[in-house]
This record gives sequence, structure tokens and C-alpha cells, in this order.
Amino acid sequence: MSAITPTTSSLPPLRRSGSMRRAGGRAWIIAVWAVTLFFLVNLAGIIGAVVTSSLGTRWLRAWLPAGWTLRWYGSAWSDFQLTQVLTATFEVVGAVVLLAGLIGVPAAYAMARRDFPGKRIVLLMFLLPLLVPTITYGIPLTTVLYQVGLGGSLSGVIAANLVPTVPFVILVMIPFIEQIDPRLEAAARVFGAGTFRLFVHVLAPLLAPGIMAALLLVLVRTLGMFELSFLAAGPTSQTLVVALYYGVFAAGVRPEQSIDAMAVIYMVTSLIWLLIALRFVNPTQIVGRSRR
Amino acid sequence: MAVTEATGKRAKSWRENGLDGVTMLVAPALVLVVALFVYPFLYGLWLSFHPKAGGIFANYARFFGSAYQRSTIARTLGIALPATLVNLIAALPVAFRVRLMRRQRLITTLLVLPITLGTVLVAEGMLNFYGPQGWFVRTLSLAGLDAIGHLRLVHNYWGVFISLVITGFPFTFLLTLSYVTGIDPALEQAAATLGARGWERFRTIFLPLLAPGLAVTFCLSFVQAFAVFPSAVLLGQISGETRVISYAAYQAAFQKYDYSEASAIAMIMAAVQLALVVIVLAGRRLFYRGPAAGGKG
Repeated sequence: MSAITPTTSSLPPLRRSGSMRRAGGRAWIIAVWAVTLFFLVNLAGIIGAVVTSSLGTRWLRAWLPAGWTLRWYGSAWSDFQLTQVLTATFEVVGAVVLLAGLIGVPAAYAMARRDFPGKRIVLLMFLLPLLVPTITYGIPLTTVLYQVGLGGSLSGVIAANLVPTVPFVILVMIPFIEQIDPRLEAAARVFGAGTFRLFVHVLAPLLAPGIMAALLLVLVRTLGMFELSFLAAGPTSQTLVVALYYGVFAAGVRPEQSIDAMAVIYMVTSLIWLLIALRFVNPTQIVGRSRR
Repeated sequence: MAVTEATGKRAKSWRENGLDGVTMLVAPALVLVVALFVYPFLYGLWLSFHPKAGGIFANYARFFGSAYQRSTIARTLGIALPATLVNLIAALPVAFRVRLMRRQRLITTLLVLPITLGTVLVAEGMLNFYGPQGWFVRTLSLAGLDAIGHLRLVHNYWGVFISLVITGFPFTFLLTLSYVTGIDPALEQAAATLGARGWERFRTIFLPLLAPGLAVTFCLSFVQAFAVFPSAVLLGQISGETRVISYAAYQAAFQKYDYSEASAIAMIMAAVQLALVVIVLAGRRLFYRGPAAGGKG
């Protein structure tokens, strides 16, 4: 805007109305930033309230808790069996990241390099799981999982989480692969490399940053994936976010500070990976919808 | 492509079509999506027509016959549509300002936080922050409003609405921003050179070019909002004014163990989402569609 305002305001016949417009324009800019700031302050308040509550002794009818303590973290750990929950969480997340990479990256390579009949339909099938809300397909999906005996098990949670993540890896990787000069692959082929050796020696090193970014995003998304894990999980296969849901749902059974301590543990686990991911990717990629 | 009898030639014509070893790398992913997405959806559709009792349409007849169940559609629309509109209308001017910033990354990072943390954590934070003794209500009463103990922002409609704004706005904003920055700035500069002012430039240049993108943004945001689940339970009145359709499906599946009825409700949910998307995208055709990126690519 600043590059354009001088041009318009320097037109002599419109001077007076121009300055009025400029005042109106400035008020509008202030209003827009005020709305943005209000949103961010609320966001900070929401996160800050959880952290404050988890560190407070007693917090009733006041701005701040009466005193400060760390004991809620200990009690949350034993109340919510966080050792078991965290083990399950990392098993699920690890398996999903590994499988989504192993299945998604080769598929993305085929999609980027080959034209085959029905490619548009295949692309649509990879897009749909990202566009349809998880709860909409989660219920039929868990019905099928329960019928084949995977419902409530760790493998069921992993299988359910692969549905949005494999297409996500494919759609993130396709543009990365398209950037690589196909002559490099042709050269490797001339020297007798098969597809497997081509992957290991040529593509993997070139694609490492892209694969890293895609898999970190899968990690962050799987940690935060509530609906699918919730529908597919049984008592022993709860991930951290599902345990948090049950904690909040049954509020009153346990002290609120204990739930907040678990919320902080969840938040820290996600944020560490988010910070690492943000070194490799643009934040907008987390929204993860590929356009065009 | 000539049809030949010899199998050797058929293999060759397959290869000409691109169906070689590399193409087959797409197979595992395809099998996974078919087995865990396409098949469950079709199976769910089939199952919804095979109710525990009654004729093939019994599930649907029961859903639409009971006011308690039927009203979940209107109730969910009543939360999701206003929240999506508020998010889109707020996202547009903010995206136009952020587009001019050099350090966009800070603000986009901050906005990605609620998406990453997810609705459950936001719900727990909102129970503290917007609660009857929370910081928000306290600040309002500092400003002279008699809010403490009177203003209720959680465990009702507004709790769910606010949570859809907190987690939905960043999503809508980031999509809008990517559309807004995709428009060649030269188009706006040309209009400015010809004397068009801010509002005129927006109305005559940006809005027609953005309309298709905004339609897609609206659809994606709406579809997510319509599937609201954890916040309706944790921040609303799940047996009352915020009994949303996804909860009705969840109840059928995991409290009544009637997967047939649950599938029927899930299919109704998908149908409503699809209907709205079709309506919005049909309206999109009224606008210009074509390259807007200029030389930027």
C-alpha cells in the first residue's frame, strides 16, 4: 500500500478528499491490526492460562494462583498413566512416519515422473482423504477396522492415521521431485542403476530436505490427530491427545491442575517437533492443502 | 495405439502407456487408500441400507423422522456457517495487510500454533481463559462491565463458536493468504496508475480474481467446521444446544453399537457437506476463471 498511496494522493484536484481518504485508510489499517492483535492476545491467553494453572497450587476467583508448585506434573504422570500413553504415542507416530515415508515417497515419484491412464482419478483419490473431514470417514473406517479385528489395537490406530498422511506425503513430495533434473536419473540408468539403486544413491540424497520436511509435518499432524486416533483407539492404545480429551471430558474426577499439566506435556511434545519442522518448511505448508 | 493379439506386443503397448516398473511404485499407496478410504466409504454406504431392523431406508427414515436427530443438521449448520463466514470475512482484510509485510513468517508461525495444537488443547485452554472466573471475563470487568458471574462463554453455543474461530481462522487465513499473494502485483499497480483507489482496486481487480479461490477456501473451511466434534463435547452442551451431527454419529456407533445407523448418519453428514460445496462451487462459475498470476508463475 505504501508504494501506491503517494501516487494517488499527489493528484492535485483530489487533494482534500484525498487526505480524508487517507485518514479513513489509516483508520481501516488500524482496525485490521487491532482485530489481528485481539486474536493473538486471546490465543496467548488460552495457552497462558493452561501453563499458569498447571504451575499453581490453588487458583480460585483470582487473577493468579495462590502459590506455585511443580507437583501437578508428578501427579498427572501417575494419574493418567503417561508412561504407557507416551509409549503408545511414540509407537504410533514412529510407525506412521516410517510407513508414510516408505509408501508415499515412491508413489510421489511415480506420480511426478510417469503419465499413465487413470492418473487423474488416482490423484483425486489421493486428494479426497485430505479434503473430507476425518470424522466423516472415520466412522465408516473404524467400523471396517473393528470388523477385521484391528479396532482398539495399536495397529488399528496406525492404519487409521495412514489414511490422511500417505496422501499428504505424496502431495508434498510431487513438486520436490519435479524440480530434479530427469537427466540425472537418465545418467544413472545409463550406468546400469536399477530403480532401487537409483533411489538410494541419486534420489534419496537429492530429496533429503523434502523428505525431511514432509515427514516432520506428518509427525506434527499425527501427534495432533485427535478424531481418527480417538475413534480407532482402545484403552491400551490411547495417544496423548486422546488421553487429554478423556481427561478434559471427565473434568472433576481429577484436579484441574493435573489435567492442565498433562495439557502442557502434550503442548511441549508437539511444539518441539513443530519448531524443528519450521526450520525446514514454510508454516503455510502445515495447512497442507495443495492447490492446483 | 493398435490392439494386438501377441502378449509380447501387449506388454510393449503397456509400456508405451507408461505402465512400467516405476509406475507400479504408486500401487502400495493406491491399495492403502482404496482399502482404508474408498472401501470403508462404500461399505458404510452399503451398511447404511442394511439396518438392524426394518426396510432398506429404515435408518434414514428414523433419522429424519425424529426431531431430536433431524435437528442436528440445522444445529450444526447454525454453528458452522456463521463461524466460517466470520473467519473468511476477517481473514480477507488481514491477508491483504500481511501480503505487504516483509516478515510474514512470524505471523504465519503464530497462527499455525492453534492448528498444530489442535481442538482438544484449545478447548482445555478456553475452559480456563473464557471460564466464569477466567482472565477474559476479568478483563471485561476491569473495563467496567459487570461480567464476572454473568457472562457465560463456555458450555454453550458461544464456546463452540469461539473455538471454531480460534482453530478455524488460522486455517482460513493461511489459505486466503496463499490466494492473495498468488495475484500478480502488477495488475494492482496498473489499476493504481490509472487512478483507482483502494476500495475500487479491491472491488474491480482483486475480488473477481479472488472469487474462485475464496469459494474453495469457504468450502474447505466450512467442511471442517461442519465436522466439529471435540469442542462441541468439551465446550458446548452436548445433550442440548450443541448436539452436532458428528456426535449423533459417534453416539450411534460407540454407545448404541449400531454401526449401520452410525454409517447412515455419517453418509447424511457427507451429503450435507457435499451439497453445500456443490452449491458454492456452482456459484463460482459466475466469476472469471483463468490466469491471474501473470509472469510470477
